[in-house]
Amino acid sequence: MDYLALYVTLKLAFFTTVFLMVIAAPIAYLLAYYRFPGKSLLEALVYLPMALPPTVIGFYLIIVMSPKGFVGHAWGSLTGGSLLFTFLGITIASIIYSIPFAVQPMKAAFSKIDRRLLENAYVLGLSKRATFLRVIIPNSVAGIAAAAVLVFLHSIGAFGVLLMVGGSIPGETKVASIAIYEAVETMNYSAAGLIALSFIPISYVFLLLINKLNKDSLA
Amino acid sequence: MTISASFKRRLKYYDLDLSFTCATNKMMVMIGPSGGGKTTIIRMLAGLETPDEGKVIFGDEVWFDSARRINVTPQKRRLGYVFQDYNLFPHLNLLDNAAFAAVDKGEVDVLFDLFKIDHLRKRKPHMVSGGERQRCAMCQALARHPRLLLLDEPFSALDVITRRGLREELKSLKGTLSCPIIYVTHDINEALFLADEILPVVEGKNDDGWMQRTITREPGEGTTAKGAREPRLSLVY
Repeated sequence: MDYLALYVTLKLAFFTTVFLMVIAAPIAYLLAYYRFPGKSLLEALVYLPMALPPTVIGFYLIIVMSPKGFVGHAWGSLTGGSLLFTFLGITIASIIYSIPFAVQPMKAAFSKIDRRLLENAYVLGLSKRATFLRVIIPNSVAGIAAAAVLVFLHSIGAFGVLLMVGGSIPGETKVASIAIYEAVETMNYSAAGLIALSFIPISYVFLLLINKLNKDSLA
Repeated sequence: MTISASFKRRLKYYDLDLSFTCATNKMMVMIGPSGGGKTTIIRMLAGLETPDEGKVIFGDEVWFDSARRINVTPQKRRLGYVFQDYNLFPHLNLLDNAAFAAVDKGEVDVLFDLFKIDHLRKRKPHMVSGGERQRCAMCQALARHPRLLLLDEPFSALDVITRRGLREELKSLKGTLSCPIIYVTHDINEALFLADEILPVVEGKNDDGWMQRTITREPGEGTTAKGAREPRLSLVY
């Protein structure tokens, strides 16, 4: 069995989840608590990756991450390396691909918190930032955990976007979903079957976890 | 320290326009029918809402002045604000709630003794009764050493007996606090029991005749205000 591909998948899902939690929290906060012109436009933009075919996202990521694209160019002049066909490249792709799955549950969790609780924190002397860290976050744990699990699952399953941005370099960008695809292409059904089978318990357990978290947050 | 405020603000159904002052150690009770603007006034004092025009002066500090475009944030006003039932943070136990913004954490123990909730310190807010939650909310507000105490119907979600007990405790506590206290209620009984001064507020304006009219109104004559029924109830207990 292609353990290396499974390892890359789990590593990718882990980093995507960690970074995305940090990136999505302020976006979700902004969308949950502020009104500003163009808010619905921004919100739609954040959710856009959910509505686009993964190959379309992959295509635009190739454009901006290639050595001629502005992100790829900046990265190249900074480090001398390339973003395409690297683990970092697919991590960025995976983050963008999963943004909606992080922002949406977090926003829902933040919006559920009683405004008066926040006002009480302000009256008690807490700045908006401190209120976010000491009141909003601890009272949205279930929603944040649900977001993390969703992102993790979604990045385990990513395929098209990763194939376009990362190709299939063993140990670097060849994730399990790509390994399955390649095994099937070479008629190696038993190898494909083994990796495929290993997904089922992982995804099942995580889904059970999401259900439990959703119940907890409703209670 | 004395708090003096004057507010003007356009609301949906009427214009709010009133001014008042309240000195240290005094309790001013703001009374009037629901929807009369009492909570809006309290929120403007706390800095949570902004008047269209007016001033709020605390001692020699200007908290709000529309003409000079001064508006001190709620964080910097250092006041205590007890709401009807939304003060406590659900994720913290009572002790951590009361110590949330405490100047001296050791003092929380003294307050818990005073308010008789010391045995509940490790409980979460949803595990205690409404009266115990409000006691904790008082501790939370007082532990911050507020310069002004705002109490917006703090006991009105409680049953009559608990409410009477807390009301009496508050009255005996009043002398030990060295700050102005503004108390909002629609209960005339409570107002008469607690107040050093009474400010009746009806549709955003001071209406000194309101209490008299409410008490003397014959039963069945129009709608009877809740406050008018309460004195009769109190004879039972």
